[in-house]
Amino acid sequence: MSTAAKAARRALMWLGIILVVGYGALAAGVLTNQTTLAPGLALDLAGGRQLTLQATTTDGSEVTESDLAQAVEIIRKRVDASGVSEAEISTQGSNVIVVSLPGNPSDETIDLVRQSAQLQFRPVLEIDSPYPVTATDPSATPSASASTEPTAQETTDEAAAADEATEASPTPEPTATASASGDEPASDEAAGDSTDDTTDSTDEVSPSSLTWITDDLRAYGDALDCTDPANLGGVDLGDPEAGHVACSADGLAKIYMGPVELTGSDVETATSGPELGPTGNLTGGYQVVMDFTDEGAVVFDEISQRLITLPSPQNQFAIMLDGVIISYPVMNQRISGGTAQITGDFTSEEAATLANQLKFGALPLQLEVQSNDLVPATLGQDQLEKGLWAGLVGLILVVIYSIFQYRALGLVTVGSLFLAGLMTFLAIDLLYWAIGYRLSLAGVAGLIVAIGVTADSFIVYFERVRDELREGRSLQSSIDHAWKRARRTILASDAINLLAAVVLYLLAVGSVRGFAFTLGLTTVIDVIIVFLFTHPTLVLLSRTKFFGEGHPWSGLDPRQLGRDTIYKGRGRFVASTAPTLAERKAAAAKGES
Amino acid sequence: MLGNLGQWGNKLHSGEITYPIVRQRKRWFIVSGALMALSVLILLVKGINPGIDFVGGTQFVIQDQTDPAIAQEIGSEHSADAVAIPLGTDRVQLSMGETSIEEARGIVDELSEGYGVDPGDIASTQIGPTWGAEVGKKAIQGLIVFLLLVSVVMTLYFRAWRMAAGALVALFHDLLFTVGIYALSGFEVTPGSVIGFLTILGYSLYDTVVVFDKVRENTSNLFSQHRFTYAELANLAVNQTLVRSINTSVVALLPVSAILFIGSFLLGAGTLKDISLALFIGMAVGTYSSIFVATPVEVALRSSEPRIKEHTAQVLAAREAGTTDVSYSEDGEVRVGALQPGHHQGTQSQPRRKGRR
Repeated sequence: MSTAAKAARRALMWLGIILVVGYGALAAGVLTNQTTLAPGLALDLAGGRQLTLQATTTDGSEVTESDLAQAVEIIRKRVDASGVSEAEISTQGSNVIVVSLPGNPSDETIDLVRQSAQLQFRPVLEIDSPYPVTATDPSATPSASASTEPTAQETTDEAAAADEATEASPTPEPTATASASGDEPASDEAAGDSTDDTTDSTDEVSPSSLTWITDDLRAYGDALDCTDPANLGGVDLGDPEAGHVACSADGLAKIYMGPVELTGSDVETATSGPELGPTGNLTGGYQVVMDFTDEGAVVFDEISQRLITLPSPQNQFAIMLDGVIISYPVMNQRISGGTAQITGDFTSEEAATLANQLKFGALPLQLEVQSNDLVPATLGQDQLEKGLWAGLVGLILVVIYSIFQYRALGLVTVGSLFLAGLMTFLAIDLLYWAIGYRLSLAGVAGLIVAIGVTADSFIVYFERVRDELREGRSLQSSIDHAWKRARRTILASDAINLLAAVVLYLLAVGSVRGFAFTLGLTTVIDVIIVFLFTHPTLVLLSRTKFFGEGHPWSGLDPRQLGRDTIYKGRGRFVASTAPTLAERKAAAAKGES
Repeated sequence: MLGNLGQWGNKLHSGEITYPIVRQRKRWFIVSGALMALSVLILLVKGINPGIDFVGGTQFVIQDQTDPAIAQEIGSEHSADAVAIPLGTDRVQLSMGETSIEEARGIVDELSEGYGVDPGDIASTQIGPTWGAEVGKKAIQGLIVFLLLVSVVMTLYFRAWRMAAGALVALFHDLLFTVGIYALSGFEVTPGSVIGFLTILGYSLYDTVVVFDKVRENTSNLFSQHRFTYAELANLAVNQTLVRSINTSVVALLPVSAILFIGSFLLGAGTLKDISLALFIGMAVGTYSSIFVATPVEVALRSSEPRIKEHTAQVLAAREAGTTDVSYSEDGEVRVGALQPGHHQGTQSQPRRKGRR
């Protein structure tokens, strides 16, 4: 066997190995329920809602990557909390967030997504266990539940001076709270609601007053289950001028708070770093440093003066981002300089996360809905069906045309297209498994257009082979020569296609990307198929009698290509009907005579 | 068909039939130039009809309904520019200007009541105007970056800037012409159309690369022969790749027509129709330009090269003097084609005695 045939067999073997391994992996994935046989479908085919949100700052500052990542994190929590599964949230460019929600999510879910996050500082009034209180008697349950979960505070590593908080955390005066809220709630609420600049300070209830825990709030708080993850993506910001109850981010505590005293706009920035001791030595821990704005510093000074005089846990203040308490440190000294350190047994990552959350909360970030698409599932399915029909019809037309043009050689085209299809399906399935790639309608269009592009590389090759046959070469040497030339052309044109796909993918937004992706994918597959299937198959076929001797139906019949003589090598020719040069000269001489 | 196209291909290959495409390049330049000027004029006067994705707006599609009257009535209550049309065989589409999310919800509710369908079965699209502008900007950015990258790649690949220039002129021609048709017909330009436009770029180049490869092959030994001029050999390349160009176009257009047919007649509108319409026009124009624009432009550019000029003069002088051995076809034209075995190739092809004493 010649080296060419050996190489051809080896190439086909490689193709077989690729397909078997790929489908084997897919089968394993499907059998172990890690993926599905059907490719993942994007919203325009599966149905669902897509929101494009553009993040802008109200003060005109730049939206950074970490801001956007924070925003995505918050949206993810909100969506998870709303019970929508399989939501996809991705970023595009520097300030665009795309949220894809399958099915037809409720209006409330959509409103949640487009709400901007808010950072609030509220004084802590009471820290409870995270479990909901089922008993109706408020005086008995809080202490009971607190005692069942005394470790809650110890594990909340954000709480600075956690020891103090732990000692105090079993809420000391549940009955007092109950009675107080029985006396004064109406007036408190009135004061809170109608607070305006003219309100006399003597009339104002201290934000740390336990009277902020009204009956309504207590009932709401009792029902709150902080062990349910749904409540950790909470978005209920509460009335800023009334008391509020929320869960800590780790789900280990339920905290009652007074009205909002500071918001994100009062924070200038926040940084994290190694904790420094009083003498500037490294303590080995990490800290978060918050810088307040000038106005914020004044308010914070007042808060710190008030809080240090109060008993635990009222000496703590809660930092609430998007309805969840991310930290509730103890105020252990008056802070008048506008710079506060939060210390505790943080790891460096935890400190960095907290600093980022504070920074993000401080950012006046707004999410503007730029596009809002709803595709009903029925419409998506209809589009998919019609798209697949279009693909099938297109494929059949191409097959008919190539068999018409290239006879038996057209079957090589059909086989190549079939294998390319198998490989594309495999690639899309594996990509869905690996990176969650989903096929969109534009992607389907890309696949259909690719049928033409893929078939064209075969045409370039076959026309080349025919050209070489016309030059008078034998089939085997024609294939050899044609391949050398066609290979270059195919690679060059595929490189151009791939370049187009990559540029499209990198620069475009939305549906254009799906198209670019499948176009690029099929271009790569085209190269693989031409190299590992079409050419090797042709090499092997040229050794068969049917093709090698140029059967009229082989599509490589030299006689139909204007060439009657084929040099078969080693001095052998196939039957020639055309006269040779000598014969022609003889004939001419005969005619003359 | 095989017989005809195949034999036609044989004759084109051997030079028995030759279409003087390169020689008549002035004619094609005038045709293409006029069409391009016309496209620019239409673009300037009429402009393209941008879809809501580029200008912002709201669109609703109600399925399994054919009567747009109800939608029109509801739409008109909210916005003066509301337009309801039947879409495809069984859909109604209501388009209007920008609305707030709350307003759009209200309209969906009214539509579902009016048509008696579930509100979840009404497709809706809302695009903000700034986002639309952003999408448009991205498309233009993509176009420019692509053109720059392609110029570099083409120049590197052919190692000749004139070929790159020829390919880019053809590319520009295709794009302008397609957009011109869009402007003339008033087809809506959507992101789908932009996908189509950008794909045309890739396709047009792809086509041109194949022709230029053949040009290069035919002219690789240009200066070692004085039988044919550069223009004649380039023309031969165009003729020899004609069959391939036609086959390629047919094969590429078949699936595109399938999508176009299903997209516009069954679905009425949407991504499939938008992509395939742009592709259909662009591919057809791309085939024309790879034959009639790219190579002629390249030849026109190279003809001014001193080396080529000198070579052309030598070839023509040799023909004048009768010292060359080209064969002539019946109408007195020089026959340019692949050599036919059995034909006399001149005394220069005969073995020469070395070391003549």
